[in-house]
Amino acid sequence: MGNRVAICAMAQVKNEPNVWYQRFQGMLLDCLEPILQQTGVTYDTDKGIRNIVTCSDDVFDARTISDNGMTDVVGAHFRGEEKTAQDGLNGLGYAMACILSGHDDVVLFMGHCKESQTESRNMSTNLAYDPFFCRPVGMDFLNVNAFQARAYMEKAGVTDEHLAEVVVRSRENAAMNPFARESGKVTKEDVLNSPFLADPIRELHAYPVTDWAVGMLLCCEERVKEFTDNPVWITGFGNCMDRYFVGDRDLTSNFSLKKACEKAYGMAGIKDPKSDVDVIELSDAYAHQLPMLAEGIGLAGEGQGGKWIESGGPAKANVNLSGGMLNGNPIMLGGVARAVEGYIQLRGEAGDRQVDGAKRALAHGTTGGACQHQTVLILEK
Amino acid sequence: MKEGFDTTDCFLVDGKLALPYTYFAGRVGSKFLTTIRDEKKIMGIKCNKCNKVFVPPRQTCDVCMEDIRDNWVDVQNTGKVTNFTVVRYDDKHLPKKAPYVLAMIQLDGADTPLVHVVEGIDLDKAKIGMKVQAVFAKETTNTILDIDHFAPA
Repeated sequence: MGNRVAICAMAQVKNEPNVWYQRFQGMLLDCLEPILQQTGVTYDTDKGIRNIVTCSDDVFDARTISDNGMTDVVGAHFRGEEKTAQDGLNGLGYAMACILSGHDDVVLFMGHCKESQTESRNMSTNLAYDPFFCRPVGMDFLNVNAFQARAYMEKAGVTDEHLAEVVVRSRENAAMNPFARESGKVTKEDVLNSPFLADPIRELHAYPVTDWAVGMLLCCEERVKEFTDNPVWITGFGNCMDRYFVGDRDLTSNFSLKKACEKAYGMAGIKDPKSDVDVIELSDAYAHQLPMLAEGIGLAGEGQGGKWIESGGPAKANVNLSGGMLNGNPIMLGGVARAVEGYIQLRGEAGDRQVDGAKRALAHGTTGGACQHQTVLILEK
Repeated sequence: MKEGFDTTDCFLVDGKLALPYTYFAGRVGSKFLTTIRDEKKIMGIKCNKCNKVFVPPRQTCDVCMEDIRDNWVDVQNTGKVTNFTVVRYDDKHLPKKAPYVLAMIQLDGADTPLVHVVEGIDLDKAKIGMKVQAVFAKETTNTILDIDHFAPA
């Protein structure tokens, strides 16, 4: 048994504001069929796909057991099907574990989320909190992230101007990514003049409502040549959950991200992410999170987020060339979108935004209010 | 939209999930909520090992792993704002009409801040460190909103 897991194929639909004209099952089928064609993989119970990891959310799908609605589409009858109901990057980590443990040779990963289906994304994330102390006072991921934004901007000298730069760059990068949501370029003035949603978070500081679906085929090292000549290897994975009550946490410490990085860096043999990683993708659902997460992974110094933006840190380290989460990926799949960009870059298929000679990528995902749960995946060529 | 996508016979059906529930609040949560309702008093639970007073209360200290469920202490109805935002959007899950201040409030005698609404101040006057006190609801809802909001102390 080899000790590496390969991503052999990936297919996605375009990130869009409102795929009203297609059910999520159709979006998934548009991802599955190209994977079958690219790799020739079958559902043979000896040699083919015997296990499928899916990512979806009951609240956004407005049904119980949201993966039940995917079973037919992903071909999960008479084989394993297991659901990740948090950032899908954890599903990729789980698929990796299925293979490394020797339980499976080949695992299919399929994720979807149509944020547009619900009248209010904030009502949906309110349900992430308990019904006793938090839901009744109206906590949701937007207003909880606003607490984090205020504390972090104070701690790291991050200004409204800095955040405007982050948003402008996100939209410029996304314009070079054919699968990115067409959110449109904006000027610094547009951002600085956009209305507050939850101070200090402005409308343009928040990721827009997005629908998306994606699939990947993973396989053990021994059998990779059956499916691709250009594999991307998963060489590191780590995740960690911070405490539940926001009042118990230091919202700006990146506690769970640092723990996730320790595990992922140790597994992949990364000593210094500044020199050892060529492409970095962070799930910046809100603009202030880009510099904050950069601190968490060790790219920017502790409390130096403001200076890091001023000195062109994001461009220098090839951070979020995809446009990032800030340009628009649905919750649940933010981390997978980051891994997709890593995969495309390492295969040399990123076109105008290609990083020359990219050998290693970091993908980050987060679940919960104010980055409670964090996940890091390392990809290599 | 995907270029050239044929939208013939693409019809949207309206739906809604609105299912009332009753949740058991746990013994610790029950005592916390009914004490607010019946005695207009806020209580926390203290870990005797690390000496932290937790609000909201919980039955185990997640740092020391001590069973702390019986260590009730009174905390004050006053406290200070440690963080805040101004909620400027209206939505069905929100307890007040926007704009209003949502804050993290560390009650006097507690070590962990509680999230609640602050009213009775100009929005641009809200600041970290400001003193507030609980204003109890005139009619009970049997929830944490039996503290209706906090107001400047």
